[in-house]
Amino acid sequence: MSIRERLSGNEAISLAIKQINPDVMPAFPITPSTEIPQFVANYIANGKMDTEFIPVESEHSSMSATIGASAAGARALTATSSCGMALMWEELYVAASNRLPLALALVNRALSGPININCDHSDSMGARDTGWLQIYAENNQEVYDNMVQAFRISEHKDVMLPIMICQDGFITSHAVENIELLEDDVVKKFVGEYEPENYLLNPNQPMALGPYAVSNYYMETKMGQRTAMHNAKQVILDVAKEYEKISGRSYGFFEEYQLEDADYAILIIGSAAGTCKDAIDALRAQGKKVGLLKLRVFRPFPAEEIAAALSHCKSLAIMDRCDSFSGNGGPLGAEVSQALYNAQSSVLAVNYIYGLGGRDIRVEDFEDIYSRLERIAETGEITDQFDYIGLRR
Amino acid sequence: MSATDISKITEKSKWQDITPGNQIYGAGTSREFKTGEWRTQTPVWIPEKCKQCLLCVPVCPDSSIPVQNCERLDFDYDHCKGCGICAKVCPFDSITMKEGQ
Repeated sequence: MSIRERLSGNEAISLAIKQINPDVMPAFPITPSTEIPQFVANYIANGKMDTEFIPVESEHSSMSATIGASAAGARALTATSSCGMALMWEELYVAASNRLPLALALVNRALSGPININCDHSDSMGARDTGWLQIYAENNQEVYDNMVQAFRISEHKDVMLPIMICQDGFITSHAVENIELLEDDVVKKFVGEYEPENYLLNPNQPMALGPYAVSNYYMETKMGQRTAMHNAKQVILDVAKEYEKISGRSYGFFEEYQLEDADYAILIIGSAAGTCKDAIDALRAQGKKVGLLKLRVFRPFPAEEIAAALSHCKSLAIMDRCDSFSGNGGPLGAEVSQALYNAQSSVLAVNYIYGLGGRDIRVEDFEDIYSRLERIAETGEITDQFDYIGLRR
Repeated sequence: MSATDISKITEKSKWQDITPGNQIYGAGTSREFKTGEWRTQTPVWIPEKCKQCLLCVPVCPDSSIPVQNCERLDFDYDHCKGCGICAKVCPFDSITMKEGQ
């Protein structure tokens, strides 16, 4: 029997962590993720879980300690945001290349500067090439569900890669929503025990981890890492299918909302998808064929699947909550455009950047974007390939 | 996983045969790693001059001077990288460095 609750995103993911009861959690506080280690530390102090909590002096240390714990054979995770993740930079690569299936509860926040504590995706998007799996959530329910599925994906023998469970700072992390939780024993059974084949503290089989690899070995090693990322696609779908059996909620690489017959589509990641759905409902009532592709899994990037789902659309706005400062749009824009090009898609695509540093995006903004997409499809002309939405000008 | 046979992982190995993350299972495998191939200078031991003071043994960074019954033996050229510290420390000129392998 599932449990009805009302929780913030940080409360929801902390509760999932309590139910998983990992072996080790090193963490350092940073807004808006601070509550996660705080709640977990409370659970531990109250005897609700027996995770070894390690207070460290920086995020460089929290990720290093998580890597150390994972290498030793423990199920380990940490939490952070924004500049905290930036300080983990070197270790993010170390975790992925050493094939350690640890987890990071990331609460997305803008990077400095100007210093800002609110939501955008600059932190995790900046880490898009670190070799981590990345799963994003629209709402608190998805935050909880993604966390419960995390270790099943990362620890799978065909994957063995670290996983980032991302949610939008303040928008989901601090806003309280109705949520359905699984019972402790159901989660425990679903997640299972972590039994690594090889680990540093195994007295029967000592091992070396993270050795130096000269030029003659480096590329072959990277091919192994790349293959693991590719393997993760099937594992993510398999785990989601199994999760649906215990939760009744189904997940894939993305959610399609009114997309099946849509002429004009928006592709977006995270909480703003909910606002977009409201705009779609309003426009559908007026007979407009508008739809949404809400991307859940950004790493591995489901390029062929995205292109196939959008193949019938006339025009598309790819929405980035992050600027690449490449002079060529945002990261999602670049990758989706590549996917469309490789699939020889005829969709006319633009790339709009929104919500930087917590800037609100409203239903009317999405309605305006759909009318721009309609105009693009009618005229066949793209006047603004890249644009900032909600900018004063 | 059984111990990694690192003699089977070579510069000719395909990517499928490289362990994930280059992890090496099993202990003491550095013995199989012939660092002597790196040498550009080689120490030569002259036993006639050697007083068996053993000063060279603890300074060798690669444990490449084997000792048996309190006496040093000839160099372990499989692992000696030719750094020359032993030659420098020897008070009796019983170790000289020659160019090449």
